[in-house]
Amino acid sequence: MKGFLGIDVGSVSTNLVFLDDDRVVQHVLYLRTQGRPLQTLQEGLKKLSRLLPPKTVVRGVGTTGSGRHLAGVMVGADVIKNEITTHAVAASAAVPGVQTVLEIGGQDSKLIILRHGLVVDFAMNTVCAAGTGSFLDQQAARLNLPVDQFGELALSATSPVRIAGRCAVFAESDMIHKQQMGHSLSDIVAGLCRALVRNYLNNVAKGKPLLPPIVFQGGVAANAGMRQAFAEILGQEIIVPPNYHVMGAVGAALLAAEHALSGVPSRFKGFKVAQHSFATGGFSCHGCPNNCEIVEIREEGQIIARWGDRCGKWSQELDSGCGEVEKIS
Amino acid sequence: MRVTFPHMGNLWISLKAMLTYLGVQVIVPPPCNKQALQAGAKWAPEFACLPLKLNLGNFIQAREMGADTIVMAGGCGPCRFGYYAQVEHVILHDLGYNYQLVVMEPPEKHIGELLQRIKYITGQNSWWQVMQGIRFGFRKACLVDQLEKRAFYLRPREKRSGSTDKALQEALATVDAASNWRELEQAKHQAMQRLDEVKTVQRPVLRVALIGEIYTLLEPFANLELEKRLGEMGVEVDRSIYLSEWINDHLFLGLVRGMRSSKAFSQAAAPYLAHFVGGHGQESVGSAVYYARQGYDGAIHVLPFTCMPEIVAMGILPRVSQGTGLPVMSLIVDEHSGAAGVQTRLEAFVDLLARQKRHKGAFA
Ligand code: SF4
Repeated sequence: MKGFLGIDVGSVSTNLVFLDDDRVVQHVLYLRTQGRPLQTLQEGLKKLSRLLPPKTVVRGVGTTGSGRHLAGVMVGADVIKNEITTHAVAASAAVPGVQTVLEIGGQDSKLIILRHGLVVDFAMNTVCAAGTGSFLDQQAARLNLPVDQFGELALSATSPVRIAGRCAVFAESDMIHKQQMGHSLSDIVAGLCRALVRNYLNNVAKGKPLLPPIVFQGGVAANAGMRQAFAEILGQEIIVPPNYHVMGAVGAALLAAEHALSGVPSRFKGFKVAQHSFATGGFSCHGCPNNCEIVEIREEGQIIARWGDRCGKWSQELDSGCGEVEKIS
Repeated sequence: MRVTFPHMGNLWISLKAMLTYLGVQVIVPPPCNKQALQAGAKWAPEFACLPLKLNLGNFIQAREMGADTIVMAGGCGPCRFGYYAQVEHVILHDLGYNYQLVVMEPPEKHIGELLQRIKYITGQNSWWQVMQGIRFGFRKACLVDQLEKRAFYLRPREKRSGSTDKALQEALATVDAASNWRELEQAKHQAMQRLDEVKTVQRPVLRVALIGEIYTLLEPFANLELEKRLGEMGVEVDRSIYLSEWINDHLFLGLVRGMRSSKAFSQAAAPYLAHFVGGHGQESVGSAVYYARQGYDGAIHVLPFTCMPEIVAMGILPRVSQGTGLPVMSLIVDEHSGAAGVQTRLEAFVDLLARQKRHKGAFA
């Protein structure tokens, strides 16, 4: 088999997907990063190599997510792209003509606006805790509900209560208050979903025009209550694509496939990197008062990448050869 | 008397030049770094903005190096900056750092007011010498700005990544080392030459304007090295504020002819925001209009978290964007800003601009 590998290393989850030569998703892995991106990625690669037939040829690799550069040097990626681009690419492939992408993951929420397949605007929210997957998880845990039932319960609400959703702290205390007043759990949960959707619309979308088709992706798209709240408040159909929770990785793989068309051979180092010993380390440089904190990545004891220096003293020492760089790609 | 002052980008080169020219002993705090921020954020009120926290950190570090007098700019109007000097002084006093404080308010009516305060620090010098000192510092500020502008052009085009930065740092050090007019002339040539050595290649380049609040625009540590990051992505930047222009506008009251003035920005803001909102809020709006007219591909609006005038500007910028077609992204910074998040936003914004430009077939 031949195909393309997409890797999304985020702070909450690390996802790997494998697309075949026709760009059809063949394998999907979703792993918890748990603060150990390198080990998690290696584990993922091992698992994936076991799923693939022995003579599989990887024609291209793309990485994305906050750990994209780290993952990129580790596996030898052909394209390293940020989350906005990869999510937009994946959404366009799943729903051609998509104009709005709502993306809510564990740690952050994004909004991407496309016209004619091009990203024309985007917004991100990483500061506020309300409106992210982890806040939903916390509330489900507090109410003693498994997360998957959480959304279903919202659907059975008869009259959702209004929850103050401007901030996670207010939302939580308001929910407790409504519980004490004796509202039914389903009405409270439905109210919370609506509050989170309003929060998203106020803090991330900020009045931007959300035209159909609207795609909803990221882990939170699994929540039926959130899907319904979006559909009701926006008055539009909400489409959740099949691989909604790993769209970043899918997008990265699609971009790698696009890159492979140019005929450049892949830089992929092979699944054997899963067996190599990688380590990240760091030190503060006291070469000048900047006191930069330098991050190093070692493969089999050999330093393969460094960053964090302002002056280039450490990172440039490494790029052997010409060090010519590609800009605007 | 050992004088120190807060950092704001390369301001130190100019201030140090002026003061040492007049025989004042100067202690330059270590460049803004993590330790300074931690020290400042620890003692500052939580909702104070990033500049105050970094100022405090600078002063704490400078005190440990023996500084005993602070020279600090003041201000007027609704922006909180006007009383930062006092607030910082009180916090430092409570911490047991005994500092003398000299506040340089922008002269309201007459430049004499400013000279008076300078005279306080520079003591024995004659007025004529003081004027020479100011001129010397101002000359360095102009030179520094010239070098930075040159670096903005080179960075997206450099052949070897990082070579512009290296050259710029060396060039700035050359300028800093010059201690009299003759040396300064030589330094100018050497510095320019050093930048001319940077090898470039022809490649498509985007033009993005950096607009917003002065401190976060000028201090690379505060904006997570925006200029460098963008340059590395292949973007030629311009800044809406340069130190020399600011000095001319606010301290010399526009005395030096032939320099860009922020007045033009306030005027350009008229269709969207016709009155003063404190700080540089109006200029921020106006600069977006200005850069749109100049044919820029986009603008990044930088502001510290909780900065009131810039929040007003941020609320108006989407309309400017719609009216002029210039994509604008706001970037709010504080001590919680993470490099990864900022990098993602910048890459996404640059990607977006590049795709739009390619779509229009406008890449030369
Ligand atoms: S890496 Fe360079 S800029 Fe950073 S502390 Fe060391 S010498 Fe200074």
